Parts: sequence; C-alpha cells; structure tokens
Amino acid sequence: MTDTIRNTADGDRDHSPISPFRRSWFKLKRNKVALFGGFLILLYILTALLAPVLFPGNPSAPNLIMALETPSLKHPLGTDELGRSILGRIIYGSRVSLSIAIGVVSVGLFIGVPLGLISGYYGGKTDFILQRITDTLLAFPGFLLALGLVAVLGVGLKNAMVSIGIAMIPLYIRLVRGCTLAVREEIYVEAAKAVGTRDTVILLRHILPNVMVPITVQTSLSMGMGILFAAGLGFLGIGVQPPTPEWGTMLGSGRSYLFHAPHVATFPGIAIFLAVLGFNLLGDGLRDALDPRFKL
Amino acid sequence: MNDTKKPLLAIEALHTRFHTQDGVVNAVDGVDFNVYQGETLGLVGESGCGKSVTALSILQLLRCPPAEIQGNIRFEGVNLLNLDQEAIRKVRGSAISMIFQEPMTSLNPVLTIGEQISEAVRLHEGMRYQEAWKWAVNMLQMVQISGPRARAREYPHKLSGGMRQRAMIAMALSCNPQLLLADEPTTALDVTIQAQIMDIMVRLKEEFKTAIVLITHDLGVIAEMASRVVVMYAGKVVEEAPVKDLFKDPRHPYTRGLLGSIPVIGHKAQTGRRLQEIPGIVPRPLETPLGCRFHPRCSSVMDICRKQEPPMIHLTEYRRVNCWLEAS
Repeated sequence: MTDTIRNTADGDRDHSPISPFRRSWFKLKRNKVALFGGFLILLYILTALLAPVLFPGNPSAPNLIMALETPSLKHPLGTDELGRSILGRIIYGSRVSLSIAIGVVSVGLFIGVPLGLISGYYGGKTDFILQRITDTLLAFPGFLLALGLVAVLGVGLKNAMVSIGIAMIPLYIRLVRGCTLAVREEIYVEAAKAVGTRDTVILLRHILPNVMVPITVQTSLSMGMGILFAAGLGFLGIGVQPPTPEWGTMLGSGRSYLFHAPHVATFPGIAIFLAVLGFNLLGDGLRDALDPRFKL
Repeated sequence: MNDTKKPLLAIEALHTRFHTQDGVVNAVDGVDFNVYQGETLGLVGESGCGKSVTALSILQLLRCPPAEIQGNIRFEGVNLLNLDQEAIRKVRGSAISMIFQEPMTSLNPVLTIGEQISEAVRLHEGMRYQEAWKWAVNMLQMVQISGPRARAREYPHKLSGGMRQRAMIAMALSCNPQLLLADEPTTALDVTIQAQIMDIMVRLKEEFKTAIVLITHDLGVIAEMASRVVVMYAGKVVEEAPVKDLFKDPRHPYTRGLLGSIPVIGHKAQTGRRLQEIPGIVPRPLETPLGCRFHPRCSSVMDICRKQEPPMIHLTEYRRVNCWLEAS
C-alpha cells in the first residue's frame, strides 16, 4: 500500500499534512492527566472482566462471625456488617456499575443521537416539538428525573439503566442537534444533495461522522455520570437490590457504621470516586485532543 | 446555432423569494432563459444579482421556507418545480449536476475522495461498491489527477484547492449529466489552476456532450468558454447575446459598464483613459429602486427610467435587451 502511494506520488506528497486522527492521538498521548484517566478506566474494565480470577469466592455469601472486621491480610479492605469481604464486593460491584454505565450510555446514544440528527437536519415542526420535549426533560435535574422514573418503573438493575438512560437522552439530543445545525450548512452537505444523495445517507454518512467528536466526549463524561447516578440510586436503596454487590448500595449500608467501622463505607466510596474520575479526566482530555483549535 | 432544436432547459418567469424578518427579498425576479443541448451559457453579474440563487432554484437546493420558488423550470419538457422530493432527488446528479465555488469546503473531510465520487454512481446507476470505486478512479484520471488510485483512498485535506475542484468536477460528472451548473468554479483558484480547470471542463464537455451553465463574474472566463451570455442585474435579465456580439457591441449600459471595467494592460498608456467603473453599488435587496433597477447607476439615464420598468426588447432571435434606450 505505501509502495503504491510512493510510486504514483507527485512532488508534494512528502509535505502532506498528518491526518487529524493522528494529530489528536499525539495530543492525547502528551496529556498525562488524560492518560491517567485512561489508565483508571482500563483498570476498572479489567477488574470487571477478571472478577472471578481476582476474587475466587462468592462475594455475597454472609459470614456473620467475621462481621465488620477491620482490614487484615485475609480481608485487605475489611468486611461489612454481614462479614463479606469488601474487596470482593468492590471487585464484583465493578461489573454491575460498568454494565449500568454501558446500558445508560447506549440508551442515550441510540435514542438521543438519531433524534438530535433529525431535529437539527429537518428543522421546522419536527425540531420544534422535539426541542420542547427536550426542554421539559432538561427542566428536571437529571438525578431527580431518574429517581422519578425508577418510582414509575420499579427497582432493579434494568430499570435503573433505563431510568438513568432516559435522563441522559436530552443531553445527547441538544448536543447533536446543535452540531448538526452547523454541519448541515456546510457546502459538502449541499454538494452531496446536488448529486442526489438521500436524506438518510446524508445524515448517516455525511453529517454523523462530522459530529462524532462531541459525541465521543459526551459519551466518556456520561459514563462517569451514569456510574454516579447508579451509585446514587443504590445509596437510596432503589437501585440494584442486595445481595448483588453494588457500590452505591454498599455505601448506603456502610453509612450506619460510619463511626465504629468507617472502612465499610469509605472503600466503596473511593471505588466510585476513581471510576468517575477516570471517565471525566479522559473525557476532558479527548475534548482537548479532538478540538483542532486547541493546540497543545 | 441551435435554432431548430428545442431547449434542454427552459426557465420561464422564475421568481425566487426569501421571506426574512425584514421583509420579502426578491432574489430572482422574473428570470427567463434557455439552455440548449451541449452549449455553454454564461451567466454574468455582480455579487448578489441572483446568479447562484437561480442555479440553486433549478436543483431546488434552497430551504423552503424561507425560500419560495415560482415559475417554470422545464428540463426536457418536464417542469422540475412540479416534481416531488423523491423525483427531484433522482434528477440531481444524474441529469443535472452542480459544482460549487469553494473547493476547500465542498468535499466532506471525513470521507475519502473515492467514496464521495462513487456515492453518486452507486446511487443513480445502482453500481456495486467495487465497480463504483473503479469508476471513481477512472473519473479522477479524466480530470487529470495524477496517481488516481492512491488519491481515491485519500481524504480531502491532502489535496490542494485545484485538485479538490477537479475531484468536485469528477463527482459532478460521474453520472454523465446532461446539464452542469458551474457556480463560479474557478473564482477561488489562482490563475494558472483556473486555466487548467477550464481546460478540463471544455474537454469533458466535448466528450460527454454536457451543457454547462457557467456562473461567473469573470468576463475573461466567459469570453473563453461561453457561446451565449445572459447578463443579470438585481434579480433580472438585462441582456442576452451570443458571446461575440456581446463583447463587440454591448447594448445595455450595465453590460457596457462591466466590459469597461476590465483593466487592459497598457491601455492607459496608449489612450490616456482611466479605467472605467460603474458608480454606486448593487441596490440592497429590500430597496429595489422604482422603474429600471439600474437607473441610479446608469450613465445614460432618462426620465422614463425612473418611473417605469423597461420592456424586454428582442433585437434579433438571440439578442434581447431590457432597456429604454433600445425602445426609443
């Protein structure tokens, strides 16, 4: 491939600018903070994938004799009120929170992005109606909206996912609509129309790739937000139900023993903090790296 | 000339209005002209006279509302304005195609050149991906891009302005349209590249028998390429003539002004005459003057010009002028 290019190349080939993708990658690599975020996320995903290897036992089996033990060699992070290893529950909890985060972002992406594209591209009445609905949804604080939806749908993993996901949709609609409004006026969109391209093709092939950058950034930030919201629901006892290990639920039950066994609530809190921090740092780094105006 | 032939494109009483917050803007106000098979028609005028809007109206690429298009645009006898969205989409690219002024922004930065060119043939000719790709490479070769195979795989940011405009021409001609609307195709390019692009367009026109509507404010380009010229001013046709007659004997004061404002090297030294200009500016779209639209800037203005719109005077079959001077 490279050879064919060299052979057919004309003089200015050697001075050709580097592609935007590679330039962004260079910028991201130089951003140490963003890399640290990426490292946290990698650690988090590996923990979720390798949970049975990292903690061979059953994280939900109670062992009341060992209740509220402080950190020791056998239980590096101590035990909770039912004598279960907090380390084990955090390791398995990463699976739950990661799957919620992915579910939440999927709901937001698959519903919010198409609606945003349609709203921005077609404008007119469609846009007006969609935007008023978005306005209404955005009028509620995101967490309150998720809380209300859980109240309607009921507790549990799936319902938590759907509720938080719906709370994310308006954010995606707004973002994608705004970007689409700018891109649809580009001459290349007009040129594509001038050769008879269908609207669906214009939307998916010409506009969507041009709005992928903000979507990528928003997705990273929404992952962190999803984890936080899920933990919030768990903390209030209306998220994932025990005995399934979930960070928010652990935090909630540990709250009762905050004074004589602070480790029960502290370690899940740190886990939530690090996971959310990872996604936020990476999201910020991506935003800087993918923005062509921002030179590092 | 093509006197016996029926026109390929016949525009009759085309009105394109934009409904804005400040009022209704008549960007194109009763324009009519014909384009015949295989010819190059020059559409000339200052910025803002409605040339581009005319072209965009033909393909209905304007967002309606705020735009509103009225009149008849007959292409091979069919009024394009009566077609529904799906039918007009099939006309775009396959029968009538368009190239734009800005080669730097008229190619999508996230798609390769080959993908963008092959898109049209896949759409209209139902070609398979591989086949369409080969077609695209072939088209790139036709517009004289060196190493078309490798270039087809590249993204637009690697191409220079001239190469991008060639790629645009390749894209516009990929389905062998009968009519090409070229909206200032060389304005953004430097002079040597302009000549190359013009050359390619002339050659491809001969090869594909494509009619071209060449929109420009560059009379040099018109002299070189067009066989007939339509001069527009403030949304109206003010003069139409075969290119030689127009340059030899311009009848409308505006056309004379346009021709007089072309600098000729050595001209001043020989005759001691200054470069002529047309005084004033194009009237603002919301404040079109009463009577003849050109009268505030006209050097031979008469009383009647201020009161009544001039009639269209047909001098010969191919010449017409919209001016009171010819009426008397």
